[in-house]
Amino acid sequence: MDIPKSFLGYKRENGRAGTRNHVIILPVDDISNACAEAVANNIKGTIALPHSYGRLQFGADLELHFRTMIGTGSNPNVAAVIVIGIEPKWTKRIVDGIAKTRKPVEGFHIERTGDIGTVMKASKKAQEFVMWASEKQREECPISDLWISVKCGESDTTSGLASNPTVGNLMDKLEPLGVHLCFGETSELTGAEKVCATRGATKEASDKFMKTWSAYNDFILKEATDDLSESQPTAGNIAGGLTTIEEKAFGNFQKIGNCKFVDVLEPAEEPKKGKGLYFMDTSSAAAECVTLQAAAGFNIHLFPTGQGNIVGNPIEPVIKLTANPLTVKSMGEHIDCDVSKILSREMNLSEAGDELIKTTLKVANGRLTCAEALGHREFVMTKLYRSA
Amino acid sequence: MSTDIIIHEKKDNVGVVVIEKITPKQDCKCWIMENDSSVNIQSADEIPLGHKIAMIDLKEGDTILKYGHDIGKVVKAIKKGQHVHVHNVKTKKW
Repeated sequence: MDIPKSFLGYKRENGRAGTRNHVIILPVDDISNACAEAVANNIKGTIALPHSYGRLQFGADLELHFRTMIGTGSNPNVAAVIVIGIEPKWTKRIVDGIAKTRKPVEGFHIERTGDIGTVMKASKKAQEFVMWASEKQREECPISDLWISVKCGESDTTSGLASNPTVGNLMDKLEPLGVHLCFGETSELTGAEKVCATRGATKEASDKFMKTWSAYNDFILKEATDDLSESQPTAGNIAGGLTTIEEKAFGNFQKIGNCKFVDVLEPAEEPKKGKGLYFMDTSSAAAECVTLQAAAGFNIHLFPTGQGNIVGNPIEPVIKLTANPLTVKSMGEHIDCDVSKILSREMNLSEAGDELIKTTLKVANGRLTCAEALGHREFVMTKLYRSA
Repeated sequence: MSTDIIIHEKKDNVGVVVIEKITPKQDCKCWIMENDSSVNIQSADEIPLGHKIAMIDLKEGDTILKYGHDIGKVVKAIKKGQHVHVHNVKTKKW
């Protein structure tokens, strides 16, 4: 298949391109959710991103909070941002971070104004932003403007046999065209970690991966009260035939095809070494992982599933593919790309990779994903430890 | 062309059922992806889609190989053709 060299995206002030044109209402903290949701209810076409944290965090956990907030607002799928927090200082810090992209952003704080006054002021600005954003047109953008993140979920053995290798095939075909790629799920590489480490593009990248994986594994071993067999693999994984974390890991790892990773990223860290594949240190929980990848600037997501994970994200379209024919039959409304014919050998991996590229470009050009049509907007902050 | 069981690599000692289920004493066609070759096996158990079948006899302490790699240890002897899962295989990690 001739791979298209371009897609229709929204060109942003900082040179990036978006596959979506959202105006978001971003609460700094849990207690500002009500205001953010009221503004989004007033002004049609905006989305509020409520979440559970942002108070009394400190150290690396607070830094991650800011990085996730600023990164989410800075994502090229976002045209403009309203930030609402209880206090002025942290609100301003997030506004200033997002403003570096030169996109429209304005912050409001609730103290000394109250919810009602804040909602009124923020709604007026949100209306201005959404009407401005609605004039934006899609333009031709090089395919290298796609930043593709991947994460699998509710995996079963069909994931490792077919849907994950389909993503790997797409990576092998798109990496030479200059796209950015990202995989994560530190804990789910357990058992395949040594093989994964050999896929670093440099010794530095390989060493950084092993250090990152070991730190996460040490943390799991320290906190675990049993052998983790209730969580990894999950009950869904086991129902689908996955027996051990090692088996799950080797299946998971098929997603990167033959690519080598150029660097290891902190959670929500923006890649800085140019095009190519990156590993990000993330939880393997779907919504947390996708939220971190979106905050790092990835603008389209591929999500292979076995038993049928249904996750979505408010700003990054999440494309589902599966090779499990029972999942296609019973949960078809969640599946954007059906590659189950690989198992019956009516389709080979390269054909499946081409199908996924076609689906990815359709979605990049504006076709809604199943998760978007069904209203899945899971925005879940990763928390490193207890608040003060 | 159609297949009942897919095996990732030649040295794997388990295969994955890729039809809705196989029934006891079913003669199954297996496809080995690595070298595009075929073998046959008779099942001993009913095994559902996505679950694994033992391609050889395995004794306690043996290593299960899939993708050509170690994915865990046998904790209860398994006969060729039997269902391989959490009741007879455990992780070597956690």
